[in-house]
Order: sequence, then structure tokens, then C-alpha cells
Amino acid sequence: MPEPMGFFTDTSVCIGCKACEVACKAWNQLPARNGGKVTLSGVSYDNTVALSGIQWRHVKFIEQFSPDRSTGRWLMMSDVCKHCVQAACLEVCPTGAIIRTEFDTVVIQSDVCNGCRACIAACPFGVIEINPETNTAMKCTLCYDRMQAGMVPACAQACPTQSIQFGPISELRQRAQARLEQLQAQGVTQARLYGHDESILGGLNSFYLLLDEPEVYGLPSNPQLPSQKAAPASALSAAGAVALGLLGLAGLRKQRMDRLAAEERERRQQAPETEG
Amino acid sequence: MAVVLSRRRFLKVSGAAAGTAVGGLLGLGIDVRPKQVRAQQLRIQNAQVFPSVCPYCAVGCGTLVHVVDGQIVNIEGNPKSPINMGNLCPKGAATYQLHVNPNRLTKVLHRPPNATQWEVVDLDWAMDRVAELVKKTRDETFVETLPNGKRVMHTTAIFSLGGATIDNEWNHIQQKLMRGLGIVRIENQARI
Amino acid sequence: MGSNMAENHPVAFRWVAQAKLNGATLIHVDPRFTRTSAMADLYVPIRSGTDIAFLGGLISYAIENEKYFKDYVVNYTNAATIINDNFQDTEDLEGVFSGLKEAPQGSEQKYIYDNATWQYKRVEPWDPAKAREEAKKAATFAEMIQRMVPPAAEKDPTLQHPRSVFQIVRRHFSRYTPEMVERITGCPKDVFLKVAETVTANSGRERTTTFVYAMGWTQHTHGVQTIGTTALLQLLLGNMGRPGGGILALRGHATIQGSTDVPTLYHSIHGYMNHPDARKAHDTLADYILTETRPTGYWANFPKFIVSYLKSMYGDAATPENDFGYDWHPKISGDYSHMATMIAMAKGEVKGALIFGQNPATSINGALQRRALMQLDWLVVKDNFETETASFWYASPEVKSGQIKPEDIKTEVFLFPSAQVAETEGTFTNTQRLIQFHEKAADPPGDCRSDAWFTHQLALRLKKLYADSTLPRDEGIKNLFWDFDYDPGTYPTNTRIEGEPDVFKIIREINGYQTGTKELLKSFGDLKDDGSTTCASWIYCGVFPEEGKLLARNREPDPDNKPGTNLGWGYAWPANRRVLYNRASADPDGNPWSERKKYIWWDAGQKKWVGYDVPDFAATKAPDTPAKPGATGLDAHDGKSPFIMMPDGKGWLFVPTGLADGPLPTHYEPMESPVVNLLYPKQQHNPVAKHWQHEENQLAQVGDPNFPIVLTTYRLTEHHLAGAMTRWLPWLAELQPELFIEMSPELAEEKGIKNLDLVKITTKRRSIVAKALVTPRLRPLMIDGKVVHQVGMPWHWGYMGIVTGDIVNDLTAMVGDPNVSIHESKALCCNVEKLQ
Repeated sequence: MPEPMGFFTDTSVCIGCKACEVACKAWNQLPARNGGKVTLSGVSYDNTVALSGIQWRHVKFIEQFSPDRSTGRWLMMSDVCKHCVQAACLEVCPTGAIIRTEFDTVVIQSDVCNGCRACIAACPFGVIEINPETNTAMKCTLCYDRMQAGMVPACAQACPTQSIQFGPISELRQRAQARLEQLQAQGVTQARLYGHDESILGGLNSFYLLLDEPEVYGLPSNPQLPSQKAAPASALSAAGAVALGLLGLAGLRKQRMDRLAAEERERRQQAPETEG
Repeated sequence: MAVVLSRRRFLKVSGAAAGTAVGGLLGLGIDVRPKQVRAQQLRIQNAQVFPSVCPYCAVGCGTLVHVVDGQIVNIEGNPKSPINMGNLCPKGAATYQLHVNPNRLTKVLHRPPNATQWEVVDLDWAMDRVAELVKKTRDETFVETLPNGKRVMHTTAIFSLGGATIDNEWNHIQQKLMRGLGIVRIENQARI
Repeated sequence: MGSNMAENHPVAFRWVAQAKLNGATLIHVDPRFTRTSAMADLYVPIRSGTDIAFLGGLISYAIENEKYFKDYVVNYTNAATIINDNFQDTEDLEGVFSGLKEAPQGSEQKYIYDNATWQYKRVEPWDPAKAREEAKKAATFAEMIQRMVPPAAEKDPTLQHPRSVFQIVRRHFSRYTPEMVERITGCPKDVFLKVAETVTANSGRERTTTFVYAMGWTQHTHGVQTIGTTALLQLLLGNMGRPGGGILALRGHATIQGSTDVPTLYHSIHGYMNHPDARKAHDTLADYILTETRPTGYWANFPKFIVSYLKSMYGDAATPENDFGYDWHPKISGDYSHMATMIAMAKGEVKGALIFGQNPATSINGALQRRALMQLDWLVVKDNFETETASFWYASPEVKSGQIKPEDIKTEVFLFPSAQVAETEGTFTNTQRLIQFHEKAADPPGDCRSDAWFTHQLALRLKKLYADSTLPRDEGIKNLFWDFDYDPGTYPTNTRIEGEPDVFKIIREINGYQTGTKELLKSFGDLKDDGSTTCASWIYCGVFPEEGKLLARNREPDPDNKPGTNLGWGYAWPANRRVLYNRASADPDGNPWSERKKYIWWDAGQKKWVGYDVPDFAATKAPDTPAKPGATGLDAHDGKSPFIMMPDGKGWLFVPTGLADGPLPTHYEPMESPVVNLLYPKQQHNPVAKHWQHEENQLAQVGDPNFPIVLTTYRLTEHHLAGAMTRWLPWLAELQPELFIEMSPELAEEKGIKNLDLVKITTKRRSIVAKALVTPRLRPLMIDGKVVHQVGMPWHWGYMGIVTGDIVNDLTAMVGDPNVSIHESKALCCNVEKLQ
């Protein structure tokens, strides 16, 4: 078997260009939302808003300025499926459509997926959604097809500043540690890694270097697996998910995403008062 | 210059067993080990590859154009180019959609004077008509000598605009034809 | 400065990001906090349009604190040269230089300069007019040029002479104190000083600093002088011609460099030769050569360039007896630049237009340009999608509102669909002068054709229409050498398109060949002034040195990017040199200034210049070679003069010829400004700026209370220019779907505007509507004790495409830089109000 492969996304060098979003759509032939005819979100330079079944990469923009502008940062981060070692989506999928590949990545097989939405509700990061063109759940495959051909995933190849780095997880972790130490030596004390070790869902095969609390980026500090949650956990087993009916699950997911979005909006409005 | 796609190895995918990310998880009661292999058909597997250059800004990023059965199927950054090492910006990454796009025009449109609608016309007819118009306007407005006796051999009644997005070779023959005709209002985006 | 590199040239920014990881310091000076600022070690806010004041402050700081690179300045610049006694500076004349006079009636300028007083003082008296008379009697062009060589200039290597360039520069910039910089630009003094310390500490033998600019510097009525200020600063700091130094222009289109070199521009012909001009002494070829040739320095070869060019135009018909067809070649007799032409068009003076991949309906003072298009008899547009320019007659706001009816628009309009880059073969020249070939991958669909096909087919038709003419005026087109059809049996078989020209034949003509044998030329050093060589573009000569070996098609990068000059990838004109004037990377004796900054050096053993690049110097000219008194060309320079194109071989701190608005840069306010010029209160604007008079092209007065806010326009990563290549692409449309105006929370509160509110933006020209994007990335500035607000608008939208929006350029004015007629859209005055 090959080594586990994944992404290390160094947000400290992300320039928010969105090349990853387009390169992903171009390679995976994903459509634009509403044919491209959408409206201005008003949230900084983010108009693709969230990850979805047709949006497998999503760049977030966070503006942090003090009222007198004596301090100020504009944080950017390219979000993507985390390819969790303990993957909730895989755990709940009733059809076996979601597989762990030889690269230790998590892939939804479109031709097996029946669109039941269990995975959508289960994902603690809000990564998965239904692709309206196929009516199946979709997300980043880490360019499984390109990897098998020995090619770099489309987003990582396009990324101009190497914010998105692709490679064997073991090597990426070393690189991430070195970069963290470099930043901390430069006085960037808020720099931290997220998902680089087993503390989050056994490790994320797409992990991050962040410049602030995970919540600032809309990432949960302590995401949980459905099987580890108290009451609903058993109900969220694969079979249970089907039985429960999917509206409830979708509702759960929606609640969580709404909460995250509300927090982010609030943060944005408060941004001028926030010390960067 | 087309070459059949060769696999560009990003790293040695060794046969060593996975383990780094997996270790210590069994205690959680979750078996994450099974790895499934599903052969993926690479959609550029049998494509011809043509080195090209991004048509947007002036950085000059190298691109690779993949063609199957005469159709462009993919355009991405050329990892060999020392300018971009395979990277692209969102515009460059969208170059495929600049080519393969239902909004693209494929017929010549003509709007007669005072008309309210386009008409689709024949390419040859349109070329003949444009040549006639250029000649007519040039002949009606050509100036050999200014009132002060200075030779100018020009017309200032025809404007040629554009070029910064178009091959150097076009720029050469366009400015040559214009200057050959005495057309002096020649401009492109370099000033604007 | 003047560039938002991370947003507009993201992939070039990869190298900046990498340099930062290697310890480089990145400073971003900009009116807005952008995605580039987000990556910078230091973000420096300034008021839009005040870059010269900021840079002038750096110059003054470097001089007054003795932080310039003295060895470099004394040896490689004209700092020691003495200027004529009758030169008067802005310090003497309250904001203008000597030589200012009224412009002729009807001109777009009020004043123009006569540069006679700006010249070098010669060691003996010299009368150029008399020299010219003598030169005209010469038998050969070479002898003619010889007779134009002036006596040497007076110099003071101690730099103490009060009329030395160095002392004039010092006096000129003495007003640009840190306090003055703060008052004009709004940049706090301590922040300015931090920049000054960083830049000067990072320049010298061991280190270099580079400046990167784009339209933020050029789109002003003093755009050229802004770049000149930086050239002056970089020469003082010894950062020119050295690795990691220089001034990097980030240009905006795939071959905007190529279309300037191979000029589809009215004022110049190939290789930066001035277009023959009836306003100058250009009556005959000899007159033209005498006026245009600089007898010392590499430009002394000018006669070879122009004669080889005329041979490319008229082929065998161009002979020494008929001045190589010079009389057939048109002469310009005015400003035919874009804005000037659109004004003439609006007046009905232009009857027909051929427009390729450009979109004037969304350009400067857009409504005025659309009105101009309506005056045309005929308009040809060739593009990939239906642009605003092609559809103005039914889709423009003027027509949509019912103000004008399509039935009343007489223009006959054609829209030809274009082939795209992957559907044609040819070359682009990128922003670093690198010529790269792109292969044709597939046929274009339907009736889409390459632009070369269009022009070639039009030429063949016109040649036929004129074939039987006997009129003298038609001799030019009849004799125009047009041999671009494929040779019999060589037309590609894998295409359904017929009638394409042979791109390699076109490149042959650009590169040049021996007129007799047709053998390709290897170098511009092979050019002759007797007609025996044919070459359209002397600077591109060498790109195609032998059959089957087009160097623009080279694709061999340096292994592991070492040394990183990548001489095997593409071809950079001239002569594949990657850093211009790289002789300056070595000290006067030819040794590297430092091991760290080693690039080109003199190898005494091999007796030649060697290094990582192609030396931009005579290959075997030793550093101790003396100048030959009275000689022409490079013989007039010694071995210590790196700036080979300059008559004196030196980098010019003071510019005696070539600029329309003064030998030194001066801070002037933009044509529209909320404040008076604090530096020279009696001279508000560039005195020789252009302003095209038209009722729809009026300007706000200084400090007009109706237009108190500074507006700057810009681009986003997600779109290109006016959007013709991006707003039709769903993948890009969704990334930035709507026009917005960025404003600070402070201004928004003052105006009662909330995020996403519809806002009306008004300038002296007209009003448009956009959504508010309220962001702390914009900030009010204190300008001389007064709050000045700035707003910014990306100009990517129009009325065609998947996503549409108002045209930001409907707000801008047709005012221009006196040197190059570029407009001023980076700093104008407006008001904003919530749309009720």
C-alpha cells in the first residue's frame, strides 16, 4: 500500500486568489452555482459562501482590524474536506458508497451513492452536500484519479503560493512543524496547527496552519464523531440513519451550519472592535 | 509538438505500509484500516498535450492543453515552466471555459445601418464587405500633403484598436497593413 | 507601490511569497489594504495620486542621510555632469521648470516645454543646428552620425559643483521632508521613516531592493514621472542592473509587452523607433535619421534599424534611390492616441473602426466613447463573446433608457467570432520581455478565426482591390510586401480552416534575414543600413536565428531552478538578456559588488564578461577600456559605462531629453483633487497635462465640496479588465458577481450607508450605482489636518455577460499624461450617497 497522502494548508501564505476553487471545478467539471449568476454576499471577498456538492474548495476571508487600524489582518483560508482518519461520513454511509482509499483518503463513489444524505448530517465540518446535477452526495476526492496517475491534485498544483501543499502525511507534518516554528520565532504567537495530530478525529489528512482560534475560521475546536455523541449516537449508525429519515439529519446539519454562520457574521460585525 | 501524456510522478508511491495516521485508533473502537482501491479512469489518459501560454495577464504562465479526438478536454498549469511551476490563478485555471463555453460566438453577426437586430452572415461575404468599406473610407479621406506643405500620406478617418491580447505575429501584420494603407490611428491597451 | 501584485499577478507573487519565506521584507504602499497588503510585513496607507511625494521623500532621505550608494552613483549615473547655466528648477520658478510656453491653439494642452535649457554643459561651445547642416552633406549614414557627435559634457566627480546633477537633485527634493510627506500623502511620519530606513538599509553592495508597480503608478497625469522618480531613487541606491533590484512593471495583458514592441500604437514603429512625424524635421529619410539618431551609445545604429524596417515594409520596391520607400510611409501629424481618437470620433472625424479584443464602450468616460461609436459609418469588432462595444447600438444604457433609438444609429456593425489561444499558434511577450510560443491544440469552432487569419485575408482582398491603381497615393499599399501565404505543399493537413497565414513566415520577417539570400539573421549586430538586411523589429532579431530553431519555443528550464535565469526557457529580447544593464551588477573594475549579489563579471583570464545571464555589454570590452573622444556608438563609452543605450552610458538622475514634463519629477496633484498642492501652492497640476475639451468631459474644481471623496479604480483577481474574458465564464462570474464600492465604516456611518446597500456614486461626468462593501480595509486619512475619505471601485462590469453591472469608467475623465497620453483613473473626486 502507498503511504497516507493529504493536504497541508498553510493559511499564513494564502492570498485568497481562489485558484484552488476554479482549478477544482475545472478538473472535476463541476458547475458554478446558478450558472454563475449569483449575488454579492457582502462577506468580504467570499461569494461562493460554503463548501457544497459543487464547491469542493472554498476560500474564507476574515477581516480583523482595530478601530484606529493600528493593527489589522485579513485572514484567508482555503477550506476543503478534511479526509478524517475517523471519518463520520464513512461511518454513517448505509450503502458503502464512501470508501477509504489506498492513499488513506475518503472518497464518495457516485455510482454507489443513493443520495440518502446521512453523510451530510454526520460531517462535523459541513463539507458534504448533494450535487444537484447527479443528485448524489459529493465532496473533494483529493483528486483520486490524478493521484492514481501520479499527478498532484488540481488545487495544490494551481495554488500560487504553496498555501496548499500535497504529499505524504508524514512529510507534510514535518513541514508544518517547521513552518510553525519559523512563524513563532518571528513573533507570530497565534500561529497553530489544526488536525495535524490524532487529537482531532484521529488526525485530519487535510490539516491546517491557522493564525487564530479555529472558530475564527469556522472550524470546530473539538469536532465529534456521531458514534461518540451521547443520545443520538446510536441512532446515527448507518442503518439508523436510513430509518430515522433524512429530514432530521439535514435539519441537524442545517442548525449547526446556521450557528457557525451566525457566529461568523457576528464576528464580522464586531471586527472593527477586535484586536487583531 | 504534441506528445502523448506521460505520467509525471510527483513522488515515489512506495509499497511501505501505511500507519502514521492510523496508529492508536483501534482503541477508539473504530476500524479505519480497510483501504479500498478503485481504479479511476484519468480523463486525460490518452490525450495529446500541447504546451501553451495563459491568455490573461502578462506573467506568461505556461499551460498544457489536453486534446482528445480533436476536442480540448482540459487546460492546466505546466509544471515545467519556470515562471509558474504548474501554478495558475483563478482566471488561468478557467482557461478551459474560455474555449469550451456555450456563450461563445461561432457565426459572424452583421447589423446594417439603423437596424434593430443582428443578422447572421456568411464569413466570406463579411470579409469582402469590410475590405470594400476600408477602401471606400480610405479613398475618401486620404491626405497626401498638409496645407503647410508637409507630406503625410495618411488617413485619420479609420481607427485600428487592440492587440495586447493577440499574438505578436498578428500585431506585426496588423500594423503593417494599416501603415501600408496610410492608417495612422493605431492603438491598443498599452496606453489605456 | 502602485501594484496589487497578489491580486492582479498572483502567480508572479509566488516568487514574492517564496522570497518572504527566505527572509525578504515586503512593504506595500497603497491607498487600500488589499490581498497584497495582507501578505506584507508593513502596510503603508497613502492618498491616491501622491506617490511622487512619497518617493521624493525617500530620495531626500537617502541623500540627506548619506545613504545612497556613492561608488555606484559617481561611476554609473550622470550625477557628476554639469547642467547648462540657464536651467531653472521648480525651486526657482515655484513649481515649473524653465522652458514652459503656451501650447498652440486647439491643443489638448495649455502649456508645453521647450527643453533647450535642460541640456548638459559641453566642454566647448556646440551648435546642433550647424552640426546638422554639415551632417546633411555626408555621403553615408555613418558619416552623417559622426558629424552629429557633440563635445564631451562637463563633469565634477566630487559632486560638489552647484550645477552638477547631484546638487540640482539634492536641492530639488529638499522640500520632500518626512513632515511634508505626511501632510501630502497622509502616511504618518514614523511609518514613512520606517520605510525609508528599511529600503536604504536593504540597498548597497550586499543587498538590493526592488520596486514593483502597475497601473497604480501609470494611470495618472504624472504617471511617467512617478516611474522616473523610482528610477532616480533606484539609481541613487545602486539597485539598477543588479539581481533582486530594478523596477518591475507588471503589465496587464498576455502580450501587452509584445504589442508595444511590435507596436500597434500610433506613436511608434518597431523596436521603439519614433513614428515619422510631420511636426518634426522628418521630411526625408536623412532628416528623420538626423532627428532621431543619438550619435553616441547603441542607438547610433538607428540608421540600420530604420532601413531594415523599411525593407520589411516595401521589399524590393524599397531602394536607396527612393529613400527605401520612406515617402510612402505615413507620417503622423497629431496625437492619435485612444482618447484623442475617441474625441475625434465623437466629432464625426473618424468614419470606420476595426476593434480586436478591446472594449472601448467600457473605457475611460465610457458614455462619451459609446456616443463616439454611434458617429461611425462602420465598425468591425472581433472577439470571443458579444462585448459591450459590439452591442452598444441596442444594449447600452443610453439605448435601454430610450434616450437614443437603434433606428437612429447609422453605424454598420460587424461582429467576427475569434479563435482562442489554444486554437492558434504564435508568440506572446510577457512582462519580463520573454517571448513564448504557444502551440495550436485544436481547430476553433464554426466561423471563429484567428486574428492573423482576419488581417491576412483583409490584406489579400485590399491588395487585389488596389492592384490596378495608378495613383501615387496607392503606391504604398501596392508595394507593401505581403508574403505570408504558406508555400505550396506546406499548408497543415490536420485542420479544416483554410487561408491561415504562415506564422513562421511572419516571425521570419520580424526577426529579419539577409535580403539577397533570405538567410535568417542571428543578431541585431548583423543589421546594415544599405538595404542588404531586411528586419521589421531590430530588438526581436535573434529570436529565430536559424530555420527550425525558433528560440521562443525553447522549453528547457534550469535544473532545480539553478542559477534561475532559465536562459533555455523562451527568449527575452534583446539577445536573450534577462536583466537589462547587467554590467552594473559588477563594480567599475568588473568584479561583483559582493559575493552575495554576483551576477555578471569580467573574467580577466578569458578576457570577456561572464556570469549567469547574457551580458548586456560589449562582450569583450574590458573595464579599463577608455572612451574614444569624438567616436560614435559604443566606442564613445568607456568600459565602466553600463547604460549602453544612453548617449553617455550613464543612468540618468536628471533627464535632459525625452520627457515632456520636466527633467526631474515633481509632485503635482491629480487633475481632480480635494486639496491644494502643498508642495507648490502656485502649481496645482502637472502644467503640461492633457485635458480633452468636451462638454461631457468636465472636471471638478480643486476642493469642490460636491465631490469631496477620492475615488480610485482597480482590478480583482477574479476578473480581467472590463470582463469580456471573464464575465461570460460561470466559474469566474460566481466568484465576483456584482459591482461594489469599497468604503470605510467611518464614511459609511457618515453617509448612513450599510453593507450591501445600493449606493449612487457621482463625479463631475455622471452617476452610477453599486452595492456598498463596507470594510475596515479602507480608512480615512488625515491630509494636512483634514480628514479625507477614499473609496475604491473595481471596473470589471458592463451590460453584457452572465453577470452585469454599471460601468465604472462612466465616472472617469479623459485627461492624460503629457508623455504617453495615459488617463488618470487612479485618483479622481466623487460623492457617494445611499440610493433612496
